[in-house]
Amino acid sequence: MSADSKNVPMIKMSNVKKSFGDKHVLRGVNLEVQKGESLVVIGGSGTGKSVLLKNILGILEPDEGTIEVDGEVTTHVRGRARVELMHKFGMLFQGAALFDSLPVWENVAFGLIHGHKMSKEEARAVAIEKIKAVGMGERVADLYPAELSGGMQKRISLARAIATNPDIIFFDEPTTGLDPIMADVINDLIVKCVKDLGATGLTITHDMASARKIADKVAMIHEGQIIWAGDIKDLDNSGNEYVDQFIHGRADGPIKKHSDLAA
Amino acid sequence: MPIAFVLNFLESIGHSLYGLFASIGRIFIFALKAVSHILMPPFFARITLKQFMDIGFYSLPVVGMTALFTGMVLALQSYTGFTRFNAENAIASVVVLSITRELAPVLAGLMVAGRVGAAIAAEIGTMRVTEQIDALVTLSVNPFKYLIVPRIVAGTLMLPVLVLIGDIIGIMGGYLVSVHALDFSVGSYLKQTYEVLESADVISGLVKAAVFGFIVTLMGCYHGFNSGRGAQGVGAATTNAVVSASILILIFNYVLTQVFFS
Repeated sequence: MSADSKNVPMIKMSNVKKSFGDKHVLRGVNLEVQKGESLVVIGGSGTGKSVLLKNILGILEPDEGTIEVDGEVTTHVRGRARVELMHKFGMLFQGAALFDSLPVWENVAFGLIHGHKMSKEEARAVAIEKIKAVGMGERVADLYPAELSGGMQKRISLARAIATNPDIIFFDEPTTGLDPIMADVINDLIVKCVKDLGATGLTITHDMASARKIADKVAMIHEGQIIWAGDIKDLDNSGNEYVDQFIHGRADGPIKKHSDLAA
Repeated sequence: MPIAFVLNFLESIGHSLYGLFASIGRIFIFALKAVSHILMPPFFARITLKQFMDIGFYSLPVVGMTALFTGMVLALQSYTGFTRFNAENAIASVVVLSITRELAPVLAGLMVAGRVGAAIAAEIGTMRVTEQIDALVTLSVNPFKYLIVPRIVAGTLMLPVLVLIGDIIGIMGGYLVSVHALDFSVGSYLKQTYEVLESADVISGLVKAAVFGFIVTLMGCYHGFNSGRGAQGVGAATTNAVVSASILILIFNYVLTQVFFS
């Protein structure tokens, strides 16, 4: 790391646009996440949160604009260079997205075995250590994902995301579909894992309790643009009526829940 | 009014043709991408081996039963038909040529399309819908190499093996019916079978089988990989995989026969 690397944001999106046909999902997103910081992007359903994540990950490619990761432009990186870049990332998927044909430990060790070419014995040892780190016992290692509850699957998915010690971890709606207690367990684990690894976290959620727990910084996305960004402590007096409406969950306000079918 | 009707009609034809050519193009690009990944390392040997078992070994009962009963019914039908022309002696030739050239590869291809093509589309489609394919990408593994190459390699290499076994079982089925039910003599039936059979017959059937194996697994992978959302999307992907594979098998069977025997 060079001396001035502290000032280089870990993730920087400049004027990123992405459309699907005539549906303009991202309309010029500008976003920065500093190293070691946990940014939570809040916003309603269908505002482009998932598309935002997938553009950074490279699963989708932006139509316009640039994305920089750790100072390098990664907007159109492909092939082997993209695979290398992926080593920096870990991701917790909304539905856990565990491979159901593999036992739990192989799920956790997947990136180590296939991405980092670690031997199976070594990878299993690391996997079990990570399984313990998310508060589960060694005996789940040989179970299959289908034998676990939703909350346990999320935890294993978190273990998989942190197994390769990534620099950046993405969390896609980490608490969706969980009971409030399990949601809080996941929130604690996310805070702990990001801090332990010294990683940079980027979470998308519409769960405000989760956002308040995880976030150092918050950004709100609305109709494909970041309309407010700031420290979590400033969230309640943002002075932005969109943000106020969202965090208090009010039906009345500037955000209209117009459905496509209503027109 | 009639003009508007005609225009609408033409427009809908144009629209479907446009869609057809667009999907042919997409499938072609997908196939090229798959083949390029077959040739470039890294390879997933253990996963490919598992697909050899799933696609090859576990299809044996289906293909074997199909071949057995096809051979048997072929002998029976030819007998009832050929006795009208006093041509019973041609039965052995009819059985051996029909099985090796046409029926074993085509029927095995169609049965495997139903068994394997559907399973591949459903599995990969579910992986798409539950974001497991995105998860592969985030774990630095190329889904083409991990999911698609092993299946296509296994399908292309295993279907000829299945068809070779099907050839043997089918010919044996014809033999059993001819000798035990129709009172042919063992010696003359076998002699005729040997005399008629040429290696070109078997080899052409095996080449067809390899092409059909490629088609079935390619269609399964393509439709699964591009599956729509939810249970309905996966269901549609499965149907499309089986239907498109079956139709392509029949089309390519004609084309290959034309190439081999004209």
